[in-house]
Amino acid sequence: MTSDTLSRTNTAPVYLDNQSTTRLDPRVLAAILPYFTEEFGNPHSESHAYGRTAAEAVEQARREVAALIGADPREITFTSGATEANNLALKGAAHFARAHPQDPPRDHIVTLATEHKCVLESCRRLEEEGFRVTILPVEPDGLISLAALDAALTPTTLLCSVMAAHNEIGVIQPLAGIGALCHERGVLFHTDAAQAFGKIPLDVAAMKIDLLSISGHKIYGPKGIGALYVRRRPRVRLAPLFDGGGQERGLRAGTLPAPLCVGLGRAAALAAAEMDGEAVRLRRLRDRLYHSLARRIPGLRLNGNAERRLPSNLNLAFPGLPAPDLIAACPSLAVSTGSACTSAAVEPSYVLRALGLPDALANASIRIGLGRFTDGAEIDFAADALAAAYYAAARNAGSPYIEAVGSGIAEGAE
Amino acid sequence: MMKRPETYLDWNATAPLRPEAAAAVAAALQHCGNPSSVHRWGRAGRRIVEDAREAVAALVGAAAPEVVFTSGGTEANNIALRGSGRARILVSAVEHASVLEAAPEAEAIPVDGNGIVRLDALDALLAADPRPALVSVMLANNETGVIEPAGRIAELAHRHGALFHCDAVQAAGKVPLDCRALGVDLLTLSAHKLGGPSGIGALVAAPDCGLEPLIRGGGQERGRRAGSENLPGIAGFGAVARAAAELAVWDRVRALRDGLEAALLAIAPDAVAFAAAAPRLPNTAAIAMPGRPAETQVIALDLDGVMVSAGAACSSGKVRPSHVLEAMGAGPDLARSTIRVSLGWSTTKAEIARFLESWTALYRRPRNLEGMRAA
Repeated sequence: MTSDTLSRTNTAPVYLDNQSTTRLDPRVLAAILPYFTEEFGNPHSESHAYGRTAAEAVEQARREVAALIGADPREITFTSGATEANNLALKGAAHFARAHPQDPPRDHIVTLATEHKCVLESCRRLEEEGFRVTILPVEPDGLISLAALDAALTPTTLLCSVMAAHNEIGVIQPLAGIGALCHERGVLFHTDAAQAFGKIPLDVAAMKIDLLSISGHKIYGPKGIGALYVRRRPRVRLAPLFDGGGQERGLRAGTLPAPLCVGLGRAAALAAAEMDGEAVRLRRLRDRLYHSLARRIPGLRLNGNAERRLPSNLNLAFPGLPAPDLIAACPSLAVSTGSACTSAAVEPSYVLRALGLPDALANASIRIGLGRFTDGAEIDFAADALAAAYYAAARNAGSPYIEAVGSGIAEGAE
Repeated sequence: MMKRPETYLDWNATAPLRPEAAAAVAAALQHCGNPSSVHRWGRAGRRIVEDAREAVAALVGAAAPEVVFTSGGTEANNIALRGSGRARILVSAVEHASVLEAAPEAEAIPVDGNGIVRLDALDALLAADPRPALVSVMLANNETGVIEPAGRIAELAHRHGALFHCDAVQAAGKVPLDCRALGVDLLTLSAHKLGGPSGIGALVAAPDCGLEPLIRGGGQERGRRAGSENLPGIAGFGAVARAAAELAVWDRVRALRDGLEAALLAIAPDAVAFAAAAPRLPNTAAIAMPGRPAETQVIALDLDGVMVSAGAACSSGKVRPSHVLEAMGAGPDLARSTIRVSLGWSTTKAEIARFLESWTALYRRPRNLEGMRAA
């Protein structure tokens, strides 16, 4: 254990769980705070100055969010987060289609086995309501097969939902290809871009995206705010999830939280300005971490496509050691076994299973998410800490795998 | 701290953040960690969420596990009305738009001239149809402040096997509130109405209400409401719930409100203070200046730096007369000339004086009373 490792033991752990949530950028905080205190008006109180000031701030934020994906501000509906946006996109499209059937009626939804729980759960609910759902498998590297998608789309397919960048394995799907296929077949294309928005370039026109879900707290903005992009031309119609008050053009009722909207807008504007440089920096750091670990841990496996992937993400299987043991042996790092919603669960990630990983490997996998505030020193610390924890935990557990490769590792770890 | 050059009397639309809530929000905004993550930062977030849940439960006399955090009162009302699975839904005629629109097929419970639910009519409605029902009546009205007899409504509902949902968005933190004593099965709360942040609310659901979730996903809030927890919002809600438990401050506010109404009626004998004799929130006044459209009044007062509203904020852009005042039997002309003045815990005597001055100047300008005579 290096002295650097020791010095960390009494400080906060290094945060490498940025796919779960991100630290609020201080610049976003500064933008938000006035709207919590001085400018506290209800943005729907159009009759007085406090209300109008809040309303203007909300509209500025709407423009900033729209600009990042090449949308019109009127196409942005604020929600409480990406989970609500995903629920609104899927159930809203389905319920509207049922209320206003085309000929033939479109009642079929296509999605991937690796989608976020909130998409899969929404689909399951729609299935209970009589919609038909096709859940496509993915390739071993986590990417969609466009041929399989093409085969799955039928004249009754209403909507196809595919995550832009994956929350666990970071893979980036071929959005333009999916959009082109959907467009050709008259199928609505929804993408859950909670992890992609602000991290990689997105263009709703070029990618032919009809519905796109956005989260604030994944891009150094506040929790409790997100948005759904809803195409206006041609117009995509949705039934609201909830009603009352008529806010957000009747699509999403409830008083808008002006400070949170401002925070999402500012976070989007910062991401727009810094995305390119940040992607280069993160990729370099991420690759440094990966190579450092791979050199010391024979058999280390990268889950998901190595190239078509978020520059900040690693999902690694540490051979022969259950991930919870590794994490427990490494308290100076905040990493996770997968999605936060289910990270308390003990069963292996359904996402890794969908890639075809055997349970032993899926159980041995951790997710590492770098972020805007991750620096080189933290990456080197993390590499040392993970390698040390791996061998310590494996020795304690008496892992036969590690004993078998032990001598070779000692050299590699030097 | 707070810059208040103007006179803000629209607290029922939204209340300025209380200092206690501001501190909690600012601290939580700087806490990084998803409360559902198992690592140290996640667990610290989880503690913030569960402490707030305790505080919110305590404010309304419920148990912490009954509190489901939502994005606000509108969402909570929608979960209650759309998720109950009850064959019949009965709502009072004076409910908030989020209740009325969440259950467009609901049967209306008539109200009296003060906007109070007629219990005999509710009894008859419930007796007329044996199917399982949900009764939804707000605790206090957002436009008039009138307080409904929630305990007796709950008793009636339960006698007929119905569930009782109560929208307590405006009442919480202003009057004593005890879910258990009242017999409320489902209760809606909104943080920003009591000086917490906007974007957070709660549905307090008694066990075995069997609610169908509106938002599905990662299983947060025990599967009743999915989505990463709004940590700063929840922290601010908890802080304001603790601060709002102290109700003594409202005696002063009530005196200010009563003084305001008395002064107006002395200046303007034809003005109307709605439901002044009914049990009401201490902070709300609905006042008609006959012959002057509410929109005109609100704009004139705004130009003078006094902020009030013509009714509910969500619909304040519309010119439709208030459905609440109409249900109370006010004619459309009187309803169209009514503004809502709502005070808060920090409202001062000087602010009330500013309002009176501004309102009186407007009152003395020539008005068109033709419509009133015709009506």
